[in-house]
Amino acid sequence: MTTIPKIRYSRRSVLKTGGAAMAATALPAPMVWGQAIKDVTLRQFGTGVSNLNEVAAKVKEDLGFTLEMTALDSDSVTQRAATQPDSFDIADIEYWICKKVWPTGNLQAMDTSKITNYDKIVGIFRDGKLTPDSVIAQGTAPHTVGFVDGPGSTDFVDNESGWMTLIPTIYNADTLGIRPDLIGRPINNWSELLNPEFAGKASILDISSIGVMDMAMVVESMGEYTYPDKGNMTREEIDLTLGIFTEAKQNGQFRAFWKTFDESVNLMASGEVVIQSMWSPAITAVKSRGIPCVYQPLEEGYRSWGGGIGLSNSLSGIELDAAYEYINWYLSGWVGGFLMRQGYYSAVPETSKEHMSVNEWGYWFEGKEATDTITSPFGDPLAQAGEVRDGGSFFDRMGAVACWNAVMDENQYMVRKWNEFIAA
Amino acid sequence: MTDQTLPIPASEPARRKPASRHVIGWLQAAPLALVLAVFLVAPIVMIVVVSFWGATEFSIYPAFQFDNYAFLFGSDVTYRVFANTFKYALITWIFTLLIGFTVAYFLAFHVRSLTWQIALFLLCTIPFWTSNIIRMISWIPFLGREGLANSTLLSWGVIDAPLEWLLFSDFSVILAFVHLYTLFMVVPIFNTMMRIDKSLIEAAADAGATGWQTLWHVIIPLTKPGIMIGTIFVVTLVMGDFITVRFMSGSQSANVGRMIQNDVGLLQYPSAAATAVILLITVLLVIGILLRFVDIRKEL
Repeated sequence: MTTIPKIRYSRRSVLKTGGAAMAATALPAPMVWGQAIKDVTLRQFGTGVSNLNEVAAKVKEDLGFTLEMTALDSDSVTQRAATQPDSFDIADIEYWICKKVWPTGNLQAMDTSKITNYDKIVGIFRDGKLTPDSVIAQGTAPHTVGFVDGPGSTDFVDNESGWMTLIPTIYNADTLGIRPDLIGRPINNWSELLNPEFAGKASILDISSIGVMDMAMVVESMGEYTYPDKGNMTREEIDLTLGIFTEAKQNGQFRAFWKTFDESVNLMASGEVVIQSMWSPAITAVKSRGIPCVYQPLEEGYRSWGGGIGLSNSLSGIELDAAYEYINWYLSGWVGGFLMRQGYYSAVPETSKEHMSVNEWGYWFEGKEATDTITSPFGDPLAQAGEVRDGGSFFDRMGAVACWNAVMDENQYMVRKWNEFIAA
Repeated sequence: MTDQTLPIPASEPARRKPASRHVIGWLQAAPLALVLAVFLVAPIVMIVVVSFWGATEFSIYPAFQFDNYAFLFGSDVTYRVFANTFKYALITWIFTLLIGFTVAYFLAFHVRSLTWQIALFLLCTIPFWTSNIIRMISWIPFLGREGLANSTLLSWGVIDAPLEWLLFSDFSVILAFVHLYTLFMVVPIFNTMMRIDKSLIEAAADAGATGWQTLWHVIIPLTKPGIMIGTIFVVTLVMGDFITVRFMSGSQSANVGRMIQNDVGLLQYPSAAATAVILLITVLLVIGILLRFVDIRKEL
């Protein structure tokens, strides 16, 4: 118990709880913490997607301790997780970031026997299969970086070892967004992004790691090339992919590139762009302005992403217990419902169901017609009675994932080529 | 009044001992020197040092290697981006100079009363009460495909289809630059013009010079220092910019600032530092050349 001074509660509170605290550290009985846990502050950082103040407020209410949230962009998140392990307790990161960060040893593996709802976590995050006969998509599939041998191990294993790197929290399947009113015909393939019909009215996101995956979906759909693994291209494949897009750019295919969520919303809402890579809540934002916008399911499938929370290696004692309590709470349903009502998916859908109305569950998860107005957790109406979610049910959407966001071995080369593409 | 008498006895011994006067001089210069050293020299030294470091995907490590510079000079993207940066600077300079000079000329020579001069001058500065990002972004809905400019032109029947090049093009980038930075040209030119002895202009008129001759042979030569200061402002601002280019070109064009920003975003600090060093040298060279034409120190 020499690590006690490292735990961040004041010396006075140590003295106050005195022997009880010492005893409790030795005995794994979380209940003993009772009062002390209220003084705990966990520092969480991550991308804006799930770093919501509502979650922090609910944690305070349900669990009693304080959760400090810091939202950063994914590059900063990667850097912080990799280089400043003492600056956070909980890292809310994407699985591909985990692949980069885990080898630094800044995160600690989590004992799945302490995770109450572990058995209910969807298959994607455990054996990689949504249903027993699913095919595992290309890229950094979450289960490939989801498990390690045990505490302290830096190598990923391909089975459910009982030690998880990240606890999955939120995920979704991304595709192209379109303006059906301005296009006026069905769109069924990724290749439409480079269709000269939409010259000067297309856009792609200027975030290299994700943009290059969207590009690969387009290239494959055009029949130009079939990648052995879109998530891990060779230099030649990178040259080919960006070559095709550079040519399109010089021919005036793109109206603009976007880097932030708001930009993508404005491009679409103003009619500058009619087809572009887009994220689910951006579609919602365009729709809430009364402008028709569809998150178009495409034949080639979706590009998917998943996030999870990881624990800092320096967490121990009461704070580690608090973190486990937080994780169990996270999977127990309230957050899942909150996220699913925005169009994301929760890692344990069945617990989220209890926190959603039958109508909401039907619309968001089962792909059924809405029986009444669907509103976001913030009160904005998102769909009217009779509307169906783009892409259908959870199994239709997550079952059609073609690739996962990934980090390539040739990442640095890809980034340089991406910069050339932007400057071309 | 007693305060004023105090420094005199203090300066008496100083005059007797030149050494201590040096000490006082150094002490007087010290605060500014310290501020400059900490906030100007040290960061630049740091940037130069880091530009020789190495980087992995998520960390940087001290080293002394020329990789960053080798990559920078070995890539034709660098040259294209620098050329683009110069293009923006040159075109923006021409427009801000023409507009800035005209505005300053009007204020200095056509507006007779000092009150009106001040009032109109303040009017020019009103847009600067808002942030320059807001001033820049407000162009986007105006110039867009379904924006005010296009819908007006359409309703007047001037055009049949919306003009695509109004937004997310070099046109919109330069338009925003000119809008943002013309005041930096107006102020120094106006300032030098106000110092021109009006009798010189009367003398020119008496000697039979036309308006244009007076402008060309009297006013412009006397305004050169102001033009030069304005030029330095505009050129350095445009060459160092990244956000205007990003927003107004819809991320489709790049200048050096954006290259640095991309590197920073991807945690490639050494490579960003190397680019920054080259940009700094380039801008200093440009200013060095400009200063060869006009001795602004004479006017300050």
